[in-house]
Amino acid sequence: QLKKVKKQKVLLMGKSGSGKSSMRSIIFSNYLARDTRRLGATIDIDLSHVKFLGNLTLNLWDCGGQEAFMENYLSQQRAHVFSNVGVLIYVFDIESRDVERDLATYVNIISALVQYSREAKVFVLIHKMDLIQPMMREDVFESRAGVVRRKTAETIAMVRKQQPELTSPSGGSGGPMMMMGPGPGNYPHHPYHQNQHHPQQQSQNPPSAAPIPQLDTEMQLFATSIWDQSLYKAWASIIHDLVPNLSIIETQLASLGSAICADEILLFERTSFLVVSKWSSPHGDTNPYGDRFERMSNILKSWKHTCSKYTGTPRNAEQFSDFSYKMGANFSMFVTKFTTNTYILVCMPPGEARFNSAKLNVAAARPWFRFLDGPVIAPSSM
Amino acid sequence: PAGQSPVPQTKGKPRLLLMGQRRSGKSSISSVVFHKLPPQETLFLESTARIQKDSLNSFMDFQVWDFPGQIDIFDNPNFTFDMDAIFGEIGALIWVIDAQDDYLEAVARLNNTILHLQRGYPHINIEVFIHKVDGLSDDYKLDIQRDVTIRIQDELSDQGVENAPVNFHLTSIYNHSIFEAFSKVIQKLIPRLGQLEAMLTNLCRTCRFEKAYLFDVNTKIYIATDNTPEDMASYEICSDYVDVIIDFTEVYGSWKRPDEWRDKVEAAPWKQGIESQIACEWAESGMVLADQQRPIMLREVDRFLALVAIMKEGSYDKMPQVNMNVDVVVKGLIEFFEITKTKATPGVVVGALAGDGGGE
Ligand SMILES: Nc1nc2c(ncn2[C@@H]2O[C@H](COP(=O)(O)OP(=O)(O)OP(=O)(O)O)[C@@H](O)[C@H]2O)c(=O)[nH]1
Ligand SMILES: Nc1nc2c(ncn2[C@@H]2O[C@H](COP(=O)(O)OP(=O)(O)O)[C@@H](O)[C@H]2O)c(=O)[nH]1
Ligand SMILES: [Mg+2]
Repeated sequence: QLKKVKKQKVLLMGKSGSGKSSMRSIIFSNYLARDTRRLGATIDIDLSHVKFLGNLTLNLWDCGGQEAFMENYLSQQRAHVFSNVGVLIYVFDIESRDVERDLATYVNIISALVQYSREAKVFVLIHKMDLIQPMMREDVFESRAGVVRRKTAETIAMVRKQQPELTSPSGGSGGPMMMMGPGPGNYPHHPYHQNQHHPQQQSQNPPSAAPIPQLDTEMQLFATSIWDQSLYKAWASIIHDLVPNLSIIETQLASLGSAICADEILLFERTSFLVVSKWSSPHGDTNPYGDRFERMSNILKSWKHTCSKYTGTPRNAEQFSDFSYKMGANFSMFVTKFTTNTYILVCMPPGEARFNSAKLNVAAARPWFRFLDGPVIAPSSM
Repeated sequence: PAGQSPVPQTKGKPRLLLMGQRRSGKSSISSVVFHKLPPQETLFLESTARIQKDSLNSFMDFQVWDFPGQIDIFDNPNFTFDMDAIFGEIGALIWVIDAQDDYLEAVARLNNTILHLQRGYPHINIEVFIHKVDGLSDDYKLDIQRDVTIRIQDELSDQGVENAPVNFHLTSIYNHSIFEAFSKVIQKLIPRLGQLEAMLTNLCRTCRFEKAYLFDVNTKIYIATDNTPEDMASYEICSDYVDVIIDFTEVYGSWKRPDEWRDKVEAAPWKQGIESQIACEWAESGMVLADQQRPIMLREVDRFLALVAIMKEGSYDKMPQVNMNVDVVVKGLIEFFEITKTKATPGVVVGALAGDGGGE
């Protein structure tokens, strides 16, 4: 059964200058890394609605990180900011001199989050890793990640102690979010508020029957930089779990892949070029380049820039319709416009006939995937 | 611009010398152009302490020598350099000036160098890279270029030197300008460049290409183009195209597939060896721009070179015919480089069609 349009509140937080708006602009507005030098500090909250495929809208809250704003989010705007959050992306600047203070702020944010949106997923990005010598990156990241994990665990344990009702099943009558209600104090009415839906409200089971989840927030850490593909790896993971109907996409990609004897198929969202889904044959899976998915995003995104510069068309416009490459007896591949909201990359064994028939079959498979373009149309087969 | 200054053919490999003040960007340039270092990682480069000699095997074998900035080879009390060993087999001297810094001293040293070279090695091309111009406005860039040019010319004419082979380039490692500048420098070292250009001009006419470039794939230096006017935008898109192909190749083409993979590929329903399933043993690629259905194509020529061309709008359906014409030109190019390679071999007399004489 296909699910309807999903809206997700995504908080983007971290100290001022840590790189939040830069990342957002690169991923969703097609900025080049060097263009981000022109960004000014974000004042209060910069809200944007990003349509991702036909049936997911990200309400991206880019929260300006200057101290006064941060205090305000934690006090006056607390409920308004931290309620109904699907995902929190917290950004640490690896170059920051005052690590203790950064962590203290982080702890406050996590406390507020678990208080109001205890099922929110948390992604921590240790950012600007390009400023660390390549040889030391892994160590620097691991040690910082360790500290963040520990702090997170401590914070959650502490909140749980202070507010034991959060874990007790008794309060669960109204579903996880209702239970929290509007929170302490009435936050000012905000126009965006009507749009918020918590993902859990769409789960199959009625909320009351669902087991009360652990308070322990699920957390993932990434080392990122706007200067390489690491950014795409982190953001693809962030959106991955938010995409509706993922299992249908995966099944259909797999049938397509086997039908055309491909080695690998990647499905990209057309504007961000984030990998929505991927499939590899057992042979394709032996590819030693584990970072190839984010690399392909990065390569194609910068290729899009090149084309845009050359044609003089807007950066967000469609830039190329078809790209094919045959490397002799080695492999063949093509990247082509697929559905309205997606591009598809197919990598396969060499051979003219195989290549041509794969192209035809991919074109023929478009209708199976039409549901990616909107919530209403059901896939015609399978 | 074929044969602007005659290249005396000497034995060995043409040599590019990189000189200039400390921190002017010499090592960054050679790392970015010849070793694919991402530009932002040059921040971690350490100061060069001794002459760094790189040998590059490409369509033409050449060497790049990176000099430490603090050494002045013409004015060194500690020991003297063997000038012939440095300048004897030269291709070009590239002098790097940091445009974001005070450049008076750099210009003075450059003047001194030119005067010395004019005495002993007057055929050496001197290529001045006015470098780190990223972040400078276009007006300011041109002001600097004008200022540097005047300071050098005045000094040279005061010393009675006229028509020294000095050229200027505005460069940055953060964009295509550095590759463009190197392209110009290298092109002057290619014997019979005019003939190469004529081949590409011909190809453009028969295939209705707007622009065609012959690239050295490893460095993204273009070693020839057709005779239509220079166009930075075309160069940029073609050069980025080469980049994309290199990246695709690395990720999907640089590892060995398991044997079962090959068995499967050659099994039914194909029932043919891989080699007979493919149409072309070299890399070939085509891409269509969305705006006007304008295609761009790439074809590998040999291990080092690739032909990249921008086609006219709506000519994608003529690809089979285009491919045939391209095949012919590619054969011609391969012959061309076999001949020039032999010519540059030690002992072969310049200008003589060496045939199969030299070998290596
Ligand atoms: N070296 C490096 N610089 C980065 C990176 N990401 C962002 N920056 C730079 O950091 C500066 C600040 O970035 P912003 O995105 O405006 O920071 P912000 O987190 O939105 O700041 P506030 O809006 O004040 O909270 C910009 O000059 C960016 O170019 C990175 O990965 N590496
Ligand atoms: N902005 C800018 N900086 C550059 C450029 N090229 C090099 N640099 C920087 O200049 C500094 C010195 O470069 P280096 O190559 O070590 O200089 P060398 O002593 O001449 O070899 C490094 O920090 C480089 O990152 C450029 O094109 N633009
Ligand atoms: Mg900001």
